[in-house]
Amino acid sequence: MTKLTVDGIQVEVPSGTSVLQACEVAGKEIPRFCYHERLSVAGNCRMCIVEIAGSRKPLVSSCSQPVGEGMVVKTDTEAVRAARRGTMELLLINHPLDCPICDQGGECDLQDQAFAYGRDCSRFSEKKRAVRDKYMGPLIRTVMTRCIQCSRCIRFTNEIAGVPELGGINRGENLEITPFIEQGLSSELSGNLIDVCPVGALTSRPTAFHFRSWELKNSDAIDVMDAVGTNIMIQVRGNEVMRILPRINDDVNEEWLSDKGRFSLDGLKNRRLDRPWVRINGKLTEVSWEEAVNAAATKLKSVSADRIGAIAGDLCDAESMFALKQLMNNLGSSNTDCCQDGAFYDLSQRGLYLFNSTIAGIENADALLIIGSFPRHEAPVLNARIRKRWLSLTQEFPIGMVGPLPSDPNYKVSHLGQDLSVIDQILEGKHDFAEILKSAKKPMIILGHGALTRSDASAIFSKVVQLATKYEVVTPNWNGFNVLHHSASRVAGLDLGFVPQNQGKNIAAMLNNGVEVLWLLDADEFDVKTIPDNCFVIYQGHHGEKAAARADVILPGATYTEKSGTYTNTEGRVQRSYRAIFPPGMAKEDWSIIVAVAKACEHELPFYDLESLRDQMVKNHPVFASIGLQESNLDLQKYTGATSKNIEKQPVMSIISDYFLTNSISRASSTMQECSKLRQTISAEAAE
Amino acid sequence: MLSDKDRIFTNLYGHDDWHLAGARKRGDWDNTKAILALGRETIIKTIIESGLRGRGGAGFSTGMKWSFMPKKEGPLPHYMVINGDESEPGTCKDREVMRHEPHKIVEGALLASFAIGAHTAYIYIRGEYYNEANHLQAAIDEAYEAGLIGKNACGSGWDFDFYIHRGAGAYICGEETAQLESLEGKKGMPRLKPPFPAGSGLYGCPTTINNVESISVTPTIMRRGAAWFAGIGRPNNTGPKLMALSGHIEKPCVFEEALGVPLKKIIEKHGGGVRGGWDNLLAVIPGGSTMPLLTKEVCETVLMDFDDLRKVGSGLGTAGIIVMDKSTDLIKAIARISAFYKHESCGQCSPCREGSGWVMRVMQRMVEGRAEIEEIDLLEKITGQIENATICAMGMSVAWPVQALIRNFRPMMEQRIHEYKANHGGATQVQVPAEFSVGAR
Repeated sequence: MTKLTVDGIQVEVPSGTSVLQACEVAGKEIPRFCYHERLSVAGNCRMCIVEIAGSRKPLVSSCSQPVGEGMVVKTDTEAVRAARRGTMELLLINHPLDCPICDQGGECDLQDQAFAYGRDCSRFSEKKRAVRDKYMGPLIRTVMTRCIQCSRCIRFTNEIAGVPELGGINRGENLEITPFIEQGLSSELSGNLIDVCPVGALTSRPTAFHFRSWELKNSDAIDVMDAVGTNIMIQVRGNEVMRILPRINDDVNEEWLSDKGRFSLDGLKNRRLDRPWVRINGKLTEVSWEEAVNAAATKLKSVSADRIGAIAGDLCDAESMFALKQLMNNLGSSNTDCCQDGAFYDLSQRGLYLFNSTIAGIENADALLIIGSFPRHEAPVLNARIRKRWLSLTQEFPIGMVGPLPSDPNYKVSHLGQDLSVIDQILEGKHDFAEILKSAKKPMIILGHGALTRSDASAIFSKVVQLATKYEVVTPNWNGFNVLHHSASRVAGLDLGFVPQNQGKNIAAMLNNGVEVLWLLDADEFDVKTIPDNCFVIYQGHHGEKAAARADVILPGATYTEKSGTYTNTEGRVQRSYRAIFPPGMAKEDWSIIVAVAKACEHELPFYDLESLRDQMVKNHPVFASIGLQESNLDLQKYTGATSKNIEKQPVMSIISDYFLTNSISRASSTMQECSKLRQTISAEAAE
Repeated sequence: MLSDKDRIFTNLYGHDDWHLAGARKRGDWDNTKAILALGRETIIKTIIESGLRGRGGAGFSTGMKWSFMPKKEGPLPHYMVINGDESEPGTCKDREVMRHEPHKIVEGALLASFAIGAHTAYIYIRGEYYNEANHLQAAIDEAYEAGLIGKNACGSGWDFDFYIHRGAGAYICGEETAQLESLEGKKGMPRLKPPFPAGSGLYGCPTTINNVESISVTPTIMRRGAAWFAGIGRPNNTGPKLMALSGHIEKPCVFEEALGVPLKKIIEKHGGGVRGGWDNLLAVIPGGSTMPLLTKEVCETVLMDFDDLRKVGSGLGTAGIIVMDKSTDLIKAIARISAFYKHESCGQCSPCREGSGWVMRVMQRMVEGRAEIEEIDLLEKITGQIENATICAMGMSVAWPVQALIRNFRPMMEQRIHEYKANHGGATQVQVPAEFSVGAR
């Protein structure tokens, strides 16, 4: 620890901290452009100048100056102000005066700091610099004349995103930030460049000129595009979602958000189901809520309970799944399944289907084996955390990957092949990676759905548990056994027991003529054609896709922005999302639809509003009792699922064929469609 | 004045053979093994005692710099980097060393590397020095062949490898940390300090960076002793130094002279005097284009060394003396220097990136006089904003020539403006023609 004085305030900070951070500890705000706490220090904007009393060179850039014992820092002397004013003037001479038409206006660092350090008028009478705009893909709009060359974007792509596609060309005042090949950035985190850019050089392309930042109202929510549970802020104007930004949560997403989470928002408006429909004489017909609910209830009552089934999709909140499960149970059916992909889980211990080491815990691991997963596509933000660990200089981080490798994983992996038989080799200690796992103190295994959705998943799972046991992946103070989910509802669904119980039917059995009435709760990610012709389908959801077209009753629900909901991420972290806007048209929040149908079925559910529903849910499933990471002990000794079955010899396939189009919201988004098309064109060109 | 017996670079003009045989005749490689046998500590101590100050411009004690290196080699190797990126306008001393005394560099590199515990040395040679790099490469090859460097260099048991890296012509790569970046294959952009290269330099390993001349004089210091070197020149400004004379003098040349000799005497003795006589002198830039210029009055008395030049508000720099007589358009000369620094700014720090262009453009208008009197003050202020605000010393390079011009020749600038106004209707407004060309391309 180092003691120093900042403007007369004594602070104590860890040695090696920068003066800027020490000033923040003392509550002094230091203006900065190039410094970003999650990126490396560049020290080139020269705005964060402070004075260090008694030093040979008193004015230093505080971001790059390490603290010293007994240092006396002054952040607001005349010399400091003059230096900052000087830098500000020089930054502004070539910066266009287009704040009124700049999307960054109102939330621009340069604009804000010009209030404090800018001059009233310019002394610059020469011509201003103009810079050609660069193409960075369909997500990022560039106005490079506004760029102040702070190099945050370069550092972000190099360090966080792991796609070294941005750089500076030319020198001096001709320095331009540019993608080396103007083909669009290949990162799934590129949207964060917009947040990282302190000025209006990089702004959102899809929403360009749609709003001013001060018109928006914020509400906190959880991203449902993957199972990371990224904390987001939904910004709305009127009843329209204008922008989605990440919230800072160091345990989950730091301050990053995947492109799908950020830019799928136009999908919230397209192809929406905004009124109930019922198939009458083979044709879907608009009806009132009462008619739709009655149609569903009549059908539910007319068949025997074991001929009713329910499937929950990837975007559902825990509350609606709980309500639907209660309804099914009340009806007497135990045919519920939240695994549209037919994934295999061992539910005997909660830790067996969670990402136990936690996302932040990745940073403590010292070896990683990824089996049947490609985190870059399945969980881009989590992937950034793996990269962060891999980049950290403290210790080597060997990463082995068994499974598909559709593109660069953003860190160096030793690809152990696409065939899972390599697990046997590692288990027998015959493989090079066995040595790595053996010598690691905190090894991590990530088991993905590429493996879990196979027909031999139980054998794979059993082998992986053996692997974890043999290489001491789970110890009293370290749990490196991880299942990486990609569907936001999955963990909550498993926690709620939204799975076949008491010999209930799973999705495959249900689709194999197992049920006569099938309730699809937002379930769009399976082949609708496999639903038997004689099956009566109740589709409750928000987007009119194939499942809705097949449905006999359509009950229009709400997207994640339109309802309050609880989501459990892949770590088992319970998080709450709040309603930002109202559902369109006649659509309703999902839990209330289920309650209405239950009432019509004369199987009334014991709750009347969201609060009472949650109380009931907590009573039945205490894991939802509090928000945050829930303790879940994992004892591999108690594992009983060991099987002697062997892993089949066939390559593991990727579960995500197209990152941008993985659910009904992103498929309805024209931005995501455009991204997908661009990515395909690029990879097709690369293949040639 | 330096007597012939004290000259270090006895083949500076290339009259003699520069190959190994010729170098040996001049005393190079003479029992280098014995010098190495003295050990690291003694070599560093000798260099500190000799008072050798870095010959690249900043004038920091070479021996001290070496002593900052870790005493014992840790897990990371040590590196020696020799800065041969001599790009400062008016400076061409290292070129002569590479051409005609390449073996002094190779031997010095061995001694210096041994002293800092490095088994590898790189020399970063300015890209334009093509033939010079060839000479040095030939010398390195000869030394390898003779067993002077390589495995068990000079039979001392010390392994030493020496590599040439040729730059691509960027001035900023002469800045030590930018040079390291460039050596690593990155863009030549200065690094933040701390960490200093002695802690984390080339590839993150402890590194020392020295100028070519500093390195080449070390073998002679080791042979003739610290006292001999310290006895030349003035206290704290010891030893002979290579200097270059260019501009309006009778005989432009590179020469070796003791520090602390009056500038006037140097110009008259080595340069054959100012063109048209001493009274025709207008100004002198004493240490490469970065250093503030000196007026004739100052030149009468000032001594050519680190401390005396600093006292008069300038600096020895690289000792590249640029003499300008009264035919010079001084404003234009400084505007040209501004254009150079604008072109060579790496673009990393905001003040230098934005400011160098601004200064250049105002200076270009000043050449014509197409400016306002207040803009002279503006120029002074913005150079002040650039001066100390950057990562490397480039900010000073942008500021100092212009500041010195204003300090010493403000009346000349004002007169130019008045003349322009008189010739263009005497308008009070700045008259900027629509087709005013910007940039110095």
